Amino acid sequence: MYTQGLDQAGYDTGYAQDDAALAQRFQARVDAEDKIEPKDWMPDAYRRTLVRQIAQHAHSEIVGMLPEGNWITRAPSLRRKAILIAKVQDEGGHGAYLYSAAETLGVARETLVDQLLSGAAKYSSIFNYPTLTWADAGAIGWLVDGAAIMNQIPLCRCSYGPYARAMVRICREESFHQRQGYELMLALCRGTEAQKNMAQGALNRWWWPAVMMFGPSDRDSKHTTQSQRWKIKRFTNDELRQKFVDFTVPQAEFLGLTIPDPELRFDADTGHYEHGPIDWSEFDAVVKGNGPCNRERLAARRTAHEEGRWVREAAAAHAAKQALRRAAEAR
Amino acid sequence: MTESHQGWPLYEVFIRARAGLDHKHVGSIHAADPAMAVEHARDVYTRRGEGVSIWVVPAAAITASDPDEAGALFEPARDKVYRHPTFYDIPDQIETL
Ligand SMILES: [Fe+2]
Ligand SMILES: [Fe+2]
Repeated sequence: MYTQGLDQAGYDTGYAQDDAALAQRFQARVDAEDKIEPKDWMPDAYRRTLVRQIAQHAHSEIVGMLPEGNWITRAPSLRRKAILIAKVQDEGGHGAYLYSAAETLGVARETLVDQLLSGAAKYSSIFNYPTLTWADAGAIGWLVDGAAIMNQIPLCRCSYGPYARAMVRICREESFHQRQGYELMLALCRGTEAQKNMAQGALNRWWWPAVMMFGPSDRDSKHTTQSQRWKIKRFTNDELRQKFVDFTVPQAEFLGLTIPDPELRFDADTGHYEHGPIDWSEFDAVVKGNGPCNRERLAARRTAHEEGRWVREAAAAHAAKQALRRAAEAR
Repeated sequence: MTESHQGWPLYEVFIRARAGLDHKHVGSIHAADPAMAVEHARDVYTRRGEGVSIWVVPAAAITASDPDEAGALFEPARDKVYRHPTFYDIPDQIETL
């Protein structure tokens, strides 16, 4: 039904002349907060933008299972282990919801998976950092899922129906992710000096990558304007980042931890926290594949894909055999 | 990545939240066969007791109406206001109608 070829690299906003009237009607529907559904006419650039964004989002959920998965076998209690397994399983589920939404735009699941494994597709740069201590499992839930929630809540109102519905489902599950992370940090901060130091170390390493999760500053983000016109995106990167900082600083204070930003200060006039400059050269390096774990993450996904091959093939062979048997019995 | 690009077929997933409610479309799932589709749908869509019953339907088996024909299909119903009870003027004294 949706078989048109998709060119994932392109990002243009121009319409062919013939499509001008359709495009106008499309924009009027979007402006009226009408939802766009898979079979509706949509500009090619809207389709391409959504495929790229939803796929990147899906890949992020899948790769995002790796840093925390690293600690499942070493969780300090059965309670923490059960929680972490459930959390990581949720992230796999989020990936599945999102791939499912992307497929409604006419792209095959295998194509998306291939793009991830070949390194052609991007995923959130945050998952290219290592989880060195148990406290990192807490910092990820608290900060990374916390930042993800800021990004994801407005996406529940995205103009594309299947994406918006997937996001509603995801947001319902994210709150547990953030709360278990904060609770883990709280347990460490109320523990021994060494445990509290471990929590501070995790905050030191994850703070800036989390702040960078919102993407380039509004001054440098090429995608924001058109995405906002299409109501894919509701707030700018900097608006969301500010909200995250405002929410998170008091949470860190309650833990008795120090945010690793000497310039961070509360501006009584604006009612917002002002943070120091962001090192975008680090962000660029990680996005370009040179973060601490880029190669390791992709290698882990490729290995998982290869090691699962015999299972996929066996299941397909079994299904084919069953279908033949049913056909024979029907005769 | 030399694997054939014919992945497992796509199934649309419908879930009954609790007895007494309709099955509602929740998304889709890939599986080798219908039994596996039910299992995958259970894992993906009901991790928190979201349902008591699952339907899976091969996506290829669904015939959908064309949005371009939405006017022809659905407009005729719009001017038949007499199909709604509020169309009829009944005196206030008649309280049981
Ligand atoms: Fe997630
Ligand atoms: Fe999460």
